[in-house]
Parts: sequence; C-alpha cells; structure tokens
Amino acid sequence: MKKPRVAQSLRRRLLIQLLSVAALLSALIYFGVRAVADQAAEATQDNILGASAATIAEELGARDDKIMVDIPYAAFSMLGAVNAERVFYRIETATGLLTGYSDLPLPTVAPSQLAPVYYTTTYRGVSLRAVSLRRVVTVADRPVEVTIIVAQTRNGHAAITSRVANLAAGLGIGFFIVAGLLNWVATERALAPVRRVTLEVGRRGPADLSPLRQPVPRELAPLSAALNDFMARLRAALGRTETFIAEAAHHVRTPLATVRSQAEIALRLAETEDSRRALRAVIRAVEESGRSAGQLLDHAMVNFRSENLELAQVDLCEMLGHSLRALTPSAEIKDVSLQTPPLDTPAMVLGDQLLIESALRNMLDNAIKYTPPDSTVSIQLSQCDGYHIMEICDQGRGLAGADLASLSVRFQRGKNVADIVGSGLGLTIIQEVANSHGGKFSLVQMSEGVCAKLSLPCYVSA
Amino acid sequence: MRFLLVEDNATLAQSVADRLALDGHAIDIAASLSAAEDCLAVASYDLILLDIMLPDGDGRDFLARKRAALSETPVIVMTARSAVSDRVHMLDIGADDYITKPFDFAELEARCRAVLRRRGGSASNIRVFADVAFDALAATLSVNGQPRELRNREFRLLEILISSPDRVFSKAHLADRLFSFTEDASDNAIEVYVGRLRKKLDGSRVRIETLRGVGYRLTAQ
Repeated sequence: MKKPRVAQSLRRRLLIQLLSVAALLSALIYFGVRAVADQAAEATQDNILGASAATIAEELGARDDKIMVDIPYAAFSMLGAVNAERVFYRIETATGLLTGYSDLPLPTVAPSQLAPVYYTTTYRGVSLRAVSLRRVVTVADRPVEVTIIVAQTRNGHAAITSRVANLAAGLGIGFFIVAGLLNWVATERALAPVRRVTLEVGRRGPADLSPLRQPVPRELAPLSAALNDFMARLRAALGRTETFIAEAAHHVRTPLATVRSQAEIALRLAETEDSRRALRAVIRAVEESGRSAGQLLDHAMVNFRSENLELAQVDLCEMLGHSLRALTPSAEIKDVSLQTPPLDTPAMVLGDQLLIESALRNMLDNAIKYTPPDSTVSIQLSQCDGYHIMEICDQGRGLAGADLASLSVRFQRGKNVADIVGSGLGLTIIQEVANSHGGKFSLVQMSEGVCAKLSLPCYVSA
Repeated sequence: MRFLLVEDNATLAQSVADRLALDGHAIDIAASLSAAEDCLAVASYDLILLDIMLPDGDGRDFLARKRAALSETPVIVMTARSAVSDRVHMLDIGADDYITKPFDFAELEARCRAVLRRRGGSASNIRVFADVAFDALAATLSVNGQPRELRNREFRLLEILISSPDRVFSKAHLADRLFSFTEDASDNAIEVYVGRLRKKLDGSRVRIETLRGVGYRLTAQ
C-alpha cells in the first residue's frame, strides 16, 4: 500500500506547543521567585541597617560645644550577628568627619531629615548595602546637621539569593517535568479518538463499507462524516459496477446468440467444405466469447464474495445432485456417462453456497468437456480427517505435464487443449473458492485422465 | 410436440424455431409477454421456452405469475444472464431448467428432451416404421417387440433418419445435428455411429443404406 504523505505529526505539534508554554512558565517561576526573594532579603537587610543607624542617631549628643558620638554596642551587634558580615560607618557634619571611614561612599541623593536613604555601593572592592540618615543636634544653641552612614557587606544577601535561586531552579525544573508528563498524557488522550477511528477503518475487510460505528468527538465529526459519505458513494459505485457487469454480459451475449444461430442456419445451407469450415470457426469463436463472458462474471463474483463470505450450512451431496442434474444434458450430448455415488448421506460444510456451487459446476464442466465422447466421468464423495472430499475423474487427455499452479493462473490454459473451448478461468475459480473456505484443490494425473479433488472442512455443529 | 417460444429477438427466435422444427416440433413464437399470454389463452403447450428480458416486462415475473396455472407445462428459461445467483434464482421461481445464451442447439434439444422426459410427457411419442417402434421421448427402441438399448447419439441419429424415411441425409447435415460445435467432430465420426446403429437394428427389416459420396437413408425391405 502506498504510504500517505505525512505533513506533520499532530501529536508532536501539540506536545511541542504545550512544552513551550510549560518552559516559559518554568522560567517565569524561576525569575519571579528569585526577584521576590532578592527583594525580601534586601528589605530585611535594609530594616536592620535602618535600625542600626537609628540607634546611633539616638545616642548623638552635645557637650562643651562639641558633638558627642557614643556608638552603642547594640548598633553593631545586630548587624554582625549575621554571617560574620563586615560593618563600616561614617558620621560627619558639614564641617568634617566625626568618626568612621571618611571615604565611605555617600548616596547619590542626599537623605532628608525624615526618611533615610538606602543604597548599594562598592567600597574597597566589596559590594555594600548602606543607609544614610540625617539628624540635627543642637550644639551651643545652634543646630548642627549630622549625617550617619552605616554600611554592611552583602554576604548574607548573596547566600540567601543563591539558596533561593537553587530552590527556584528546582521548582522550575520540577514544574516543567510535571507539566511535560501531564502534557503527554493529555496529548495521548486527546488523540485517542483519532487512533480509535484509524483502528476501526484499518480492521475492516475490503467489502465492509458500512458507516463508522465508533462515536467520534465533535472536532472529528466532519472527518467521520466525510469518510462515511465517501464509503456510501463507493458502495453505490460497486453496486452499479456489479449491475453493469451483469447488464454488459447480457448485452454482449444477446447479439452473440443471434450470430450463433445465424451461423448455424448458414452452416445447414452451406454447400462447400470451405464455407462449412469457416462457419464452424465462427460458431466456435462465439461459443468461446459467450463462455468467457460467463466465466469472467463468475470470477468477479467469486473474487468479490471470497472476501466477505455469506456463510451457511451447505450440503455438498444435495448441491452435487443439483449440479449433476443441470449438466446431465451436456454429458448426454457426448454420450458421456456420469458415474455418481448414492447421494443420500448429507455432507455438511460451512460455506458460501454460490461459491461452492460455482466451484462444483466448474469441476463437472471441465470433466465433461475434456473427457472424450463415449467415456465415463466418475464422481466420488468421501470423508477423511475432518474434510469432505469430492473427486471428479475424467478419461481425457490429461495435463501434458502442466501443474495446477500454472493452470490456475488467470487465462492460463494447458498446452494440449487448443481444440477445446475454454476461458482459462475455471481452475482459477475453483482454486479461489477452495482457498477462501480453508480447503484444498488438486489435480492428479491418472494413468487415464485427470482427477480433480476438492476438499472442504466438515461442518461440526457446536 | 407443441412449443411456445417467448423471445423478442426475431432472428434468434426464428432460427431456434427452425431448428426445433427439424425434430418435428411445432413452434409458436411470441415476441412479448402479452403475446405469450394470448398464445397461452388459446392453445396448450408441451414446453415453454422463455427469454427473461422482454420489451414489456421481465420473464421471471411472468413465470412467477403463471407458474400455478402452468403447473403441467415445463419451462426452460433462456437467459443471457449467467451469474450463479441468477441461475439459482431461476430454479427457485419454478423454471425446470435454464440455458445461457449463446447456446448450442444440440444442448437446447438435449435440455428440452431432458425436461420433457422428467415431466413424464403424457402423450406417447411412438413412431413405428416397418417392424421398428421408436419412442423419441423415452429414448427406447423395440425391434419386433424386443427392447433394444440405445445410447444418446445412436438414438439421436435414428430420430433424424426416421423422421423422413427414404430421404438421403448428408454426412455434414447429420454431423451438425449430432455433434456440438465445441467438439472437433469429423464426418468420419458419423460412420462410427451409423455402424453402431446398424448393429442395434440387426434382425429387423429396417436398414441404413450408404449412398457413397452423398449420405445415408433409412429404408425398409
């Protein structure tokens, strides 16, 4: 079978799109968690720095016209508690440094009296978080502005950030994996109806053109409807073809019958041996065409039905009786005697009546055709190893070395039968019927003539 | 015997009728079902030959309709439809036999005879010539009241010869009627059957004379 052109896998497309969304969401989770954690860590540090600076500011005082800075221990202990951070400070007035590191960077925006300014800066190659605070101290009845800067290394912040980053990455990857699995399951489930429909269509026999039985989801309904519609059209076309073949056979054979009868009349009136010979040739050709038309029709029928057998219990014995009765006149014309067994024991098989009858008819027809005038065709019906065996033996010229395999090829006839009218389809038909019924067909060359042997499995009632 | 032939193809019908007339039968031809009804209304027939595709209907419907009224009359369907299902159907609706077109006249005769014999034709069909009595239907021959068994072709040959005693039949004519065209029957084959028939007629006053180069004729001493 020709492979259909595949544009793109629906499953892959669906899976890729869903996974992209999952990846995007995972990344968002990662960065989101990191940003929030970062902010939270910074806010915590800022609070502590603010508290520390405020504690220092509380202790500012004036004595002897000088500003006194007495940095309480608590101001640093609250900072140093975490991760052995280093702490820097700078306290100054407009006129000069009071205490601390004079080169500790100032904020870009000067703090107001009310709100401290928090900022991140680099000092001596280390990243620092700093707070700047302004307080007014009264010295000798004059207000003096004091700026307090407290800074701390960001080791703790970095540690928290990296821990949170790991957590966020784990969360993101975990989310991606879970989402991926769920996507896969969802994709499979979403595509299951497609698979079911495929299976149902794939499992059908070639002659089964009934509508789809599986319920399909709404999205697949147009496809299912189109498929059903297509099959209905195909069924109608097949039906028309069958009728057409039958009609065609009729229309071919009716004029042939006229030609034949005219030729026979002409033959009766013919004077010379030459015209007699020519007319006999015409009649033979007509006979051949008529027979071929019939055999072609039978062959088409056998072909069509062997895929879709209409099984019933068939009595070979009874059927043989009918066929014999129908063919006795043909045998009598040639003075061929038909030696038949007593047809009184039913021989039941499970099969398609028309096909078996067709095979039987062909076997008998062949035997009568190939056996010479004044000879005997013997018919035997026996039972062996679960098979009913029908043997029909003629006294004809035999197979001339040809085997069944080559003779049952369509339109293939033996090399020694050119003078006998035939279509080359009879054995093909018998062989196909035997195959479709799980039986066997063989031709055996006897010392005189040929025995055709058809075995069909016995029907055993359950 | 009287046959009704229902066939719309005039050429075919005429040639079938001509051929059957050779056997001494009287043939009425009806070209349509209505014509066939008319024939059946006024005459009784020993056999009906029925085509199935007729201008005014289907021969099978006609048969199914008429079967009860024609219980005594055998019917042979002549059909160009040869599908197995058609054949089975034909017998189911009450045809006694069928023959597929194009057919061999020898086969048609054989089938007519077989059907008539099976139906046990009421009228005896005995022909007496000198001391020989011949029943065409039962295919029996008696010489001086003694039955003699005839094979089919011997009997066919005798039937032809006895239909016109003293008439000369050519070998070719006899061969055409005796053999089917699918056989390659030489004229010599006729001699074989003439020889056999002569043996069967031994002891009677009936003889088959050979007229060299012309043919044969049946005479009585």
